[in-house]
Amino acid sequence: MQQALLDYTLSLSDNALILGQRNAAWCGHGPILEQDIAITNITLDLIGQSRILYQYAAQLKGGDATEDSLAFLRSEREYKNCLLVERPNGDWAQTILRQFLFSCFQRELYTQLTQGKDSTLAAIATKSLKEVSYHCRWSREWVLRLGDGTAESHTRLVKALENLWPYTGELFKGADYELALGLDPAMLYTNWLSAVQSTLEEATVSLASLTSCFMQTGGKTGIHTEELGFILTDLQYMQRTYPSCDW
Amino acid sequence: MKQFIKKLYYGDIPDAGSGTTPSNDQQPRTDWPLWEVFIRSKQGLDHKHVGSLHASDAQMAIENARDVYTRRQEGVSIWVVESKHLTASNPAEAGELFEPAADKVYRHPTFYNLPDQVNYM
Repeated sequence: MQQALLDYTLSLSDNALILGQRNAAWCGHGPILEQDIAITNITLDLIGQSRILYQYAAQLKGGDATEDSLAFLRSEREYKNCLLVERPNGDWAQTILRQFLFSCFQRELYTQLTQGKDSTLAAIATKSLKEVSYHCRWSREWVLRLGDGTAESHTRLVKALENLWPYTGELFKGADYELALGLDPAMLYTNWLSAVQSTLEEATVSLASLTSCFMQTGGKTGIHTEELGFILTDLQYMQRTYPSCDW
Repeated sequence: MKQFIKKLYYGDIPDAGSGTTPSNDQQPRTDWPLWEVFIRSKQGLDHKHVGSLHASDAQMAIENARDVYTRRQEGVSIWVVESKHLTASNPAEAGELFEPAADKVYRHPTFYNLPDQVNYM
């Protein structure tokens, strides 16, 4: 049970950290100054969430584990983030859509956690929920603008949807540690889908051709795409090169 | 037709002979309009002008303002107004507009004796 809780907490923080790391690559490269600041703000929210979750995980793990050792010294196979968050940034449409799909999921997930049995996770979820609600709202606005914008932005959004949709199934497929805690993510699917679907419809993008597409899985149990290795190489470079360096 | 690449640097004014703008048959740049942002820092205080930003419409302007100007808890309320809707006084007319007030000291409430009980005037 303790192990399941630890694994679960790690999966939550890995999700936030990896998506934060991905978004951070936009810093200084946003399409316009204001959006650069917005996406970087979201990055900081996510990294903040991952920090408190790692602190809790370190406490659960005991020994000499710290938030830093969990973030910087675990290997690819020990990371439990879902595959969706490690997908490449691609263009602005892909980054936006990835954020939207994930934030809508995170909103449902955190809402569920606020009522959960674990009081620490419930407190973290309550605190993070406001941030996540804003991420949903912000990315939703952009999905609408891109989908219902110019022919080019529409095409790019459709392409992003085709790229990312196969990674959404995993979100709702419970890993062992989730099921052991009685937190089956399948329960979140209906709400998530209706939020996503209504926004996509409003953005004049259809999900019809994707409803039966093959869903990739594995991230939650450490089987990642080739992308994660590159992300961790960047993320962990300093700690790996100068072990226990501090600043 | 010959294609030109137009590169603008920070501080350049588009179509004012800046950057490399050899051709004038390009599509006009459709930049997002400029918005002025007003933030109320506390309930009860008034909104103060804090700066400006670019956004494609009012909704986006509010969200951009949230991210650009209230990151450090500066505000509890935001107003935005498109800059083109503001009319400014002409600096060249500053003399006739403002200087006549300079020698009318009697308009300042400095000739009253304030009772000590009245603090913070």
